[in-house]
Amino acid sequence: MKKYTDTGKKDTRSGFGDGLTELGKKNKNVVALCADLTGSLKMDDFKANHPERFYQVGIAEANMIGMAAGMTIGGKIPFTGTFANFSTGRVYDQIRQSVAYSGKNVKICASHAGLTLGEDGATHQILEDIGLMKMLPGMTVINTCDYNQTKAATIAIADYNGPVYLRFGRPKVANFTPADQNFQIGKAVQLQEGTDVTIVATGHLVWEALQAAETLNENGITADVINIHTIKPLDDAAVLKSVKKTGCVVTAEEHNFLGGLGESIARLLATQHPAPQEFIATNDTFGESGTPEQLMDKYGLNAAAIVGAVKKVIARK
Amino acid sequence: MADYKALEDLVVQVRRDILRQVHKVNSGHPGGSLGCAEFFVALYNELMERNDTFEMDGIGEDLFFLSNGHISPVFYSVLARAGYFPVEELNTFRLLNSRLQGHPTTHEGLPGVRIASGSLGQGISVSIGAALTKKLNNDNHLIYTLCGDGELQEGQNWEAIMYAAGNGVDNLILTVDLNGQQIDGSTDNVLPMGNVKAKFEAFGWDVMEIKKGNDLSAIISGMKKAKDKSGNGKPICVLLHTVMGNGVDFMMHTHDWHGKAPNDEQLENALSQNPVTLGDY
Repeated sequence: MKKYTDTGKKDTRSGFGDGLTELGKKNKNVVALCADLTGSLKMDDFKANHPERFYQVGIAEANMIGMAAGMTIGGKIPFTGTFANFSTGRVYDQIRQSVAYSGKNVKICASHAGLTLGEDGATHQILEDIGLMKMLPGMTVINTCDYNQTKAATIAIADYNGPVYLRFGRPKVANFTPADQNFQIGKAVQLQEGTDVTIVATGHLVWEALQAAETLNENGITADVINIHTIKPLDDAAVLKSVKKTGCVVTAEEHNFLGGLGESIARLLATQHPAPQEFIATNDTFGESGTPEQLMDKYGLNAAAIVGAVKKVIARK
Repeated sequence: MADYKALEDLVVQVRRDILRQVHKVNSGHPGGSLGCAEFFVALYNELMERNDTFEMDGIGEDLFFLSNGHISPVFYSVLARAGYFPVEELNTFRLLNSRLQGHPTTHEGLPGVRIASGSLGQGISVSIGAALTKKLNNDNHLIYTLCGDGELQEGQNWEAIMYAAGNGVDNLILTVDLNGQQIDGSTDNVLPMGNVKAKFEAFGWDVMEIKKGNDLSAIISGMKKAKDKSGNGKPICVLLHTVMGNGVDFMMHTHDWHGKAPNDEQLENALSQNPVTLGDY
């Protein structure tokens, strides 16, 4: 079993900010737009270094998305930044018409996704955004697991021509993926090899999946752990290969089970290789106030819950 | 000096194109299209500095964005007759497998269209983005955009209007088609707009009016004045007073033809008021 080390807790949004800063230096076409959350999105460095390519749009997200779409005409690569809630549901029609349907090269970068806005409560959290974005034809949907991966993804999506939704969180989480990783859109990352169960996780739940795999290993259960950073397009081959070997799957995500990664996996398996599946996700609910840790516990989004789901799914094989 | 006879002939032919497109599929929006025929003809044939070939990025030329996408019949007719795609393609308007969707889109790769529109209120934002990119590219060409007056009821416009003035987007000329009509009735009845000129001025725009919005010479001289105002730190708004359904007596001054096609008899009547000039497609 591979050993993964937390090299020090860092927030995924800082990975985005640092990636954007690096992009600013190396790609003159990258521009950034922010709806009054520059600090929260860690866009200060980009702003300070490239004021002529930073656009403060104010509390006006619909205009921000439209402006970003327009800025692609003439070759710019706009990165928009605000909370995940205001990056998706609030501006769904603008993204649908001006970005996705028009095939524009806009990168919608969304922080504070899932429950991790914590104490701000349900109005500022969102557990539906993956579903909203993955339903848009042509939209790439990425949910990164730690600081290093978020930084790598931010840099990688600038070289991909097309609309991208990049989702990350607020709190400091374990940083365990390599700093020099080669981020490939649409390519799953195999983290552990096992034969009894496949655990497919995305975002903050990937670290929890690794912790769960360690616990399971101590109990004689070996797990394939796969990090799905790109939910759309899904790496069908990697998931099928693993499930054909293990015969069952647990999916884990900080999102509603409706519309999330788990549903994408369920569709894949239903059409290609039916197998028992358990979902670690919220159960058709809004969030509430609380610390991120309290919320992850209350809504069952942690390593212990994954272990429980694995035991259930293996029994159904 | 504009060749007004040629432009007038084109306007009449565009009217015929609009009526015939909408009639053939018994759907579409003739009223607003007819009201803006002179504006589009002037824009594409007299006002814009544009390249004859179509490049999506439009570097080194003026760009136009249509916000009120439902007036696609006039847009398609003028684009085709300006040489962006074959005029015969107007025959495919709103049909299956056509590039001429009910509302314009880039999805099918139609030359002349740079962004989808139809869901109202997004065009000014897009135009601001394109204008800012022109500035970053040191491209001194202008962005033109058109929106409807009823369309200004969408809140996103006011986010954009505030942004453009607050950030000196002065390479942008927005024309508002001020015909006073929308689907359910007059704008005054559906949701009163108040003083649109005062609203734009209060938001910090340089505002001018073209009272005769269906008069080619008034449009051309007015829009040239608007162009002269560009580069002075403020976005420019032109309030274009048009008559919905212009050029067809029974379609004028009413919202009834906003989104309704003429029947065979009505088409004959309308076409007889606009005899062939350049030739039908």
